[in-house]
Amino acid sequence: MTVVRPRELGQRLLHSSLAEALAFPHGVDRYVELVRPLLVKREVRAEVTAVRHQTPKSVTLTLRPNDNWHGLRAGQSLGLAVDIDGVRHTRSYSPAGSQRAAGELELTVSTHPEGRVSRHLRDHARPGMVVGLTDATGDFVLPEPRPERVLLISGGSGITPVMAMLRTLCDEGSARDIGFLNYARSAAFALYGRELDELAARHAGLRVARGFTRGAGAPLAGRFCRDHLRAVADDHGSAATFVCGPPALIDAVRAVWAADGLPEPAVETFTPPALAFDTDAAEGVVSFTASGRETPNTGLPLLEQAEDAGLSPEFGCRMGICNTCSCRKTSGAVRNVLTGEVSTADDDVVRICVSVPVGDVALAL
Amino acid sequence: MSTSAPTLTPDQIEAFGDELDAIRARVVADLGARDAEYITGVIRAQRGLEVAGRGLLMLGILPPAWLAGTTALALSKILDNMEIGHNVMHGQYDWMKDARLNGKTFEWDTACPGDQWRHSHNYMHHTHTNIVGKDRDIGYGVLRMSEDQRWNPYYLGNPLYAALLATFFQYGVALHDLEAERLVTGETSLADKRELLGEIWRKVRGQTLKDYALFPLLSGPSLPFALAGNATANLARNLWSFTIIFCGHFPDGTHEFTEEEAADETRGQWYYRQLLGSANLTGGKLFHIMSGNLSHQIEHHLFPDLPAHRYAEIATEVREICERYGIPYNAGPLHRQFGSVVRKIAKLALPPLPRLGGSRRNSETASHQLAAAA
Repeated sequence: MTVVRPRELGQRLLHSSLAEALAFPHGVDRYVELVRPLLVKREVRAEVTAVRHQTPKSVTLTLRPNDNWHGLRAGQSLGLAVDIDGVRHTRSYSPAGSQRAAGELELTVSTHPEGRVSRHLRDHARPGMVVGLTDATGDFVLPEPRPERVLLISGGSGITPVMAMLRTLCDEGSARDIGFLNYARSAAFALYGRELDELAARHAGLRVARGFTRGAGAPLAGRFCRDHLRAVADDHGSAATFVCGPPALIDAVRAVWAADGLPEPAVETFTPPALAFDTDAAEGVVSFTASGRETPNTGLPLLEQAEDAGLSPEFGCRMGICNTCSCRKTSGAVRNVLTGEVSTADDDVVRICVSVPVGDVALAL
Repeated sequence: MSTSAPTLTPDQIEAFGDELDAIRARVVADLGARDAEYITGVIRAQRGLEVAGRGLLMLGILPPAWLAGTTALALSKILDNMEIGHNVMHGQYDWMKDARLNGKTFEWDTACPGDQWRHSHNYMHHTHTNIVGKDRDIGYGVLRMSEDQRWNPYYLGNPLYAALLATFFQYGVALHDLEAERLVTGETSLADKRELLGEIWRKVRGQTLKDYALFPLLSGPSLPFALAGNATANLARNLWSFTIIFCGHFPDGTHEFTEEEAADETRGQWYYRQLLGSANLTGGKLFHIMSGNLSHQIEHHLFPDLPAHRYAEIATEVREICERYGIPYNAGPLHRQFGSVVRKIAKLALPPLPRLGGSRRNSETASHQLAAAA
C-alpha cells in the first residue's frame, strides 16, 4: 500500500479538476498564491533564502525554486522577474551554482548605474522575497561527455556562468585539468575569491589565476594577453575553452586563438553589442495583427517599434539571448541584426528585440 | 429636463481636449506602486470574501451563516465584476506587465465571456458612446432608452423588459454580443454566431457548474441553502450592476448623438461627446469602490484605461475644466439619477406625444451644438 503524505494529498487536491472547477474562471493558482506564493501549479517561482554582498556593487542571492522549475545546465541563463514600483521587470542572469546543487540556485547580480533590476535586488532583496523565473535557456554549456581539459576565462560579472561550470566539474570530478582565469577591475570588485581559493586547495587539477585590470595586488597585471594563459594552462590549444565577459575580453581571446590557428572558443557576453540600424533606408509598414495597429517601419528592432506604437510586448534581455520577446511573424521578412540572417517564411518565430523589418512585416502582437 | 450644451468654437473644443490630455499624461506618468497595491488589495479582499462566503454557505442551514455567507458572496461577485473585472479588462493595469492582470486575457466571475465583453464594451460602447444605432448599450437591443429609437408597440413592455434585464443581468450581458435584435430582424443568422454561442455556452456552463452544482453538493445537508445563497448573491450582483450601469448614460441631461454628428471627430470632439453622454453618481468612498468607480462614469469615459481608483482624484479638476468651458457636468446621488432612469424607461414605453411646432427632442440640443462645433 502506498502511503500518501498530507502534503502530497493537499497538492493532489489543489491540482485536481474539481478544484479547478470550483475556482472557475480564475483558476486555483489565483487563490493559492495569496496564501502560499510558491505553491502555484503553473508558474515557475522561487523564494530568496539567503542574501549576501560579496562586493559593494553586487548581490548574491540563494534561491529555492518551486516544483515547476525544470533545472538547468551549468552556463545557461534564466529570466528573473521582480515588481518594481508596481511594474514587472524581467532580466536574464546566469546562475553561478553547480548544476548538481538540487533545489537551489545561486545568482550573483552585478549592479550597473542604469540597472533598475540589479540595483533593486542589491538594495531590497531579503530572505522570504518571492521572484518569478523563466526556464533556463542558452547553449553556452559544457559538452557531454565532459572534456579532459577545460579552460574557463571570464571578466567582471561574466564570472557567473563559468563559475557554475567550474563548480559542476569539481562536483562531478569529471575534468582532469581545469584552468580558471578571471579578471576584475580591482580587489574590491573581485567575485568568488574565497570560493576559488577553497576549490583550488581541494582539487589538484585546478589552477586559478586572477588579474586586476585597474588595481594592484593580483598575480597577473593588466588585461588578458597570451602570457596570462601560462598561469592556468600548459597547452591552451588542447582545452575546451569557454569565455564570458565584456566584448573587449572576448575579442582579445579570439585574436590569440585565431593567431594560433585554433577553432573559435565558446563565448558569451552580457553587454549588448553596439548595433547599427539603417533607419534612413527603412521602408514598408509594420502591422501588429492581434492589436490591429500599424506603424511605418522606422528600421529599429521590432520590439522598439511595437513599444513606440503603444504596445507592451514581453521582453527580457533585449539583446537576443533570453527568447522572452519571441513572437510569431505572420508575414514579411525580418533580418536578425546579430547574425544577419533573414527570415522570410510566414509563421517564423522571431526574437523581436534583435529583428528589424525588411519591408512590410506583420506580427502576431 | 434637458441641459443644453454650450456652443464652443473649434479652437475651444481642441483647447478643452488638450487640458484633458494633460490630466491623462500626468496620471500615466505617476502610475506606480500605489496603483499596484490598490488593485492587489482589492483582489485580496474579493478572494477573501469569496472563500468566506462559500465557506459560510456550506453551513447555510444556520440562518446567520446563510445571511453572512450570501452577503459575502454577493460582495465578492460585485467587486470581481466591477472594480476588478471591468477595470482590468479595460487594460487599466496593463502597464504593470503582470500576466495575471492583463486586460486582453482576464476573465471574470460572470456569465459573459471576457473576450466578448472586450468587443461589445471596450470597443463598441466606448468608441461609439451614445451614438444611436451604433452604441448597443442604448437599451441593450431590448429597451427603448432614447427618443431617437423609433417607437413601436413592442416597447409597451419597456418597464417589464427592464425588470427582467435587471434580474437576469449577467445573462443579458452574456448575450449582448449575439445582437438578438438583429437575429430577430433576420440581419444575421444563428449560423453566423456559432462561435460566439460556443464561447457563451462554455462560460455559462463553468459558472453554473460552480454556483449551482458543485458548491451546493459539497454543502451536504445545507445543499438547498447553499443553492439559494448562490442564487441570491448572483441576483444581488445583477440588480446592483444594472442599477449602476444604467445610471451611467441614461439619467436626465445625458445626450445621444447620430452617426453623422460623430463622424470625423477630432480628439477634442470625442472627449466632448463622452462628457455629454455620461453621468456621475455622488457618494462615499466605499460606494465608489462597490460601483467599480463607474460612479465616476464621466472620468471613466474620458480615460477608460486609467486605473479607476484615480477617477475620484481627477474628478474635481475635470469638473472645474467643464465649468470654465460652460459644459454641463452631470452628477447626482443614486436615488435621483436612478429615479430619472426609471421615469425614462416608463415614459419611453409610450409613443411620443404629437407636439406643437417648435418643440425639440432632448438630444437635439446637444447634437446641434456638436455639429456646430465641428
